Amino acid sequence: MPAFWHWFVVGLTVLFIIWCIWLVSWSAKQGPKNVGDDDLVGHKWDGDLEEWNNPAPKWWLYLYFITIVWGIGFMIAYPGFGNFKGVLDWSSAGQYEAEMQAAAATYEPIYERFAAMDFEALSRDPDANALGRSLYASYCTTCHGSDARGATGYPNLTDSDWQWGSSEQAITTSIYDGRTAVMTPWGQILGSDEAVTNMAKYVRSLSGLEEADETVQAMQQQFTMYCSACHMADGTGNQLLGAPNLTDDVWLYGASIDTIRTTINEGRNGQMPPHGNLLGENRAKILAAYVYSLAQN
Amino acid sequence: MDTAASYNDKVVRQFTIMVVIWGIVGMLVGVVIAAQLIWPALNFDLPFLTYSRLRPLHTNAVIFAFGGSALFATSYYVVQRTCHARLAFGKLAAFTFWGWQLIILLAAITLPLGITQSKEYAELEWPIDLLIAIVWVAYAIVFFGTIARRRVKHIYVANWFYGAFIITIAVLHIFNNLAVPVSLTKSYQIYTGVVDGMMQWWYGHNAVGFFLTAGFLGMMYYFVPKQAGRPVYSYRLSVVHFWSLIAIYMWAGPHHLHYTSLPDWAQTLGMVFSVVLLAPSWGGMINGIMTLSGAWHKLRSDPILKFMIVALSFYGMSTFEGPMMSIKTVNALSHYTNWTIGHVHSGALGWVAMMTIGSIYCLLPRLYNRDGMYSTKLIDVHFWTSTIGVVLYAVSMWIAGVTEGLMWRAVNADGTLQYSFVESLKAVEPYHYLRLLGGLIFFSGMLIMAYNVWKTVSNRKPEPVAVLDPA
Repeated sequence: MPAFWHWFVVGLTVLFIIWCIWLVSWSAKQGPKNVGDDDLVGHKWDGDLEEWNNPAPKWWLYLYFITIVWGIGFMIAYPGFGNFKGVLDWSSAGQYEAEMQAAAATYEPIYERFAAMDFEALSRDPDANALGRSLYASYCTTCHGSDARGATGYPNLTDSDWQWGSSEQAITTSIYDGRTAVMTPWGQILGSDEAVTNMAKYVRSLSGLEEADETVQAMQQQFTMYCSACHMADGTGNQLLGAPNLTDDVWLYGASIDTIRTTINEGRNGQMPPHGNLLGENRAKILAAYVYSLAQN
Repeated sequence: MDTAASYNDKVVRQFTIMVVIWGIVGMLVGVVIAAQLIWPALNFDLPFLTYSRLRPLHTNAVIFAFGGSALFATSYYVVQRTCHARLAFGKLAAFTFWGWQLIILLAAITLPLGITQSKEYAELEWPIDLLIAIVWVAYAIVFFGTIARRRVKHIYVANWFYGAFIITIAVLHIFNNLAVPVSLTKSYQIYTGVVDGMMQWWYGHNAVGFFLTAGFLGMMYYFVPKQAGRPVYSYRLSVVHFWSLIAIYMWAGPHHLHYTSLPDWAQTLGMVFSVVLLAPSWGGMINGIMTLSGAWHKLRSDPILKFMIVALSFYGMSTFEGPMMSIKTVNALSHYTNWTIGHVHSGALGWVAMMTIGSIYCLLPRLYNRDGMYSTKLIDVHFWTSTIGVVLYAVSMWIAGVTEGLMWRAVNADGTLQYSFVESLKAVEPYHYLRLLGGLIFFSGMLIMAYNVWKTVSNRKPEPVAVLDPA
């Protein structure tokens, strides 16, 4: 901080400490007096309110004084007097770095040993899974749930449906770098409310949720024109783009006509935040193997 | 009787009755949100009943409506009695009553609507903040105007504390709420980032220090010696602890921001001065308890004194706990846990509410020309409900807080966290029930108080009390 503010902080701090010390010594200097009616201060208010002038208890004055002395000592040891760093050279950032390094020295060898394993073997290793489960509990439950079954908009991790793929590379990337899925709005392009409804019905029919009558069947042409670029002509999706498979009756945002109409009309923006900075590569792989194992039963 | 020769007790009576009403309202909202933490469905999917909106309503109601009315009532009463003068500026005093009630009403409407500055204990938006500033300045004029009119040379110790509280709250309120309005219901703080955080907790902790401590010490210094019928134990102790308390409290705010981006030096100063604050805080407790100490036999027959002694005990306990929690190593365990909630309520229910209740029971009969409350037995019942309620509340939150703190930091041999957040939530669930029970018991005592107050004041026509000549 600038020199002015440094001296402002130092000056004010010293002033208040001196003030406290003066109060303690002023009180201690007042001679002891006996407790008794004769020692009333002599003021009287509201008929019967009076004051004795007993000395402050000794233990109390000592307590006060000791905390002041301790406080001065603490501010000499630690940063407190403005820019003065303290003789112990402690800082909260330094403490954080030291603790992170100590943790890395202790735990990183464990992570390295697991990370060196083959992905399939890692996903079946009980110790690695215990570690992965703890990581999952800390980092993933908020969105994907304690049971990993997800919620509306958050994929279920226990089924066989993989929006971005189930390879080591794919899952680790999802965790490490995060994912951004974009479906653009199609309502205006489809042109009418009726067309949107029919397209929703067509999409449902791909999973066998809807009888495909002639009108619905007719939507295939538009599906090929607009949707197949991402979802493929047969609707089985494209994991490279995170475009969901529409034929497996797994629904990220819901299967009702209304929900699918909303999806078509307004589009969707799915976001998985990146966790690379939090986990590092080794733990990201261990967690990926655990997530993979969830779907293998 | 000539009005100049009598005390202005009308405004005191008005505030006193509102203390009981706002106490019931504020604590009821507290009970509701405690229940919502167990059964979230109790918000009935209505936005204005969600926890996020009712919680600030609860804190504002108990601190500013209940506590505030108690401070207005007792300070107006005490300053007249100890200055041997009628309250200055009668119309302005009436304005502070109606203005303060209007502020509370506006808070009760805007907070459930979600209109908020999102600053803890300073949620109210700028038009209400302006109104608060105006009412507060009026309050200061009335209070210090009366001090100026005093017919005794010495200013009684209770008035030092009330005076410090009034001046400081004005400064805190104005500086913490500096904002740029963009509409009637929305404004932006002029502070940003960590400066905003520091301003907020400079305000927040001094709201505790001056609103909930200095103000209520003023109350204590009048009603404890009055009810005990004994002189204040030590004049010089009151001098030392008063000047220490008001000097040191100002520094304590940063202990709310340990291990944040607040610079280390500010965190250190906050922690050091919080620890130094222990002795000055205890000075008030010692003076209160030693004043009572010649009157222990009265505790058998006088439940009002019981309220006061327990309040002073909780004051001592909370002001020991506070400095401990401000030590960084302890704070690393206690921060963000229910321990903080336990600490706050041992202060708010144990000290602030019980001192208020005791003082109101002492004050009310005098305001309505009676020898005592309608039923001493009911005061005793109220005393036990309050004591049991606050103990259940504080103990359950202490256990829950330490449990959470330990679970959050527990680490497996592989360096991962031993518990997920939801596991710690499950572990403290039983204490949520216990807390609700404690709150319900404390709240039920307020209903008993309301009945007792009603029976005491109904059909009583208060008579003017002549201003006493100084001895």
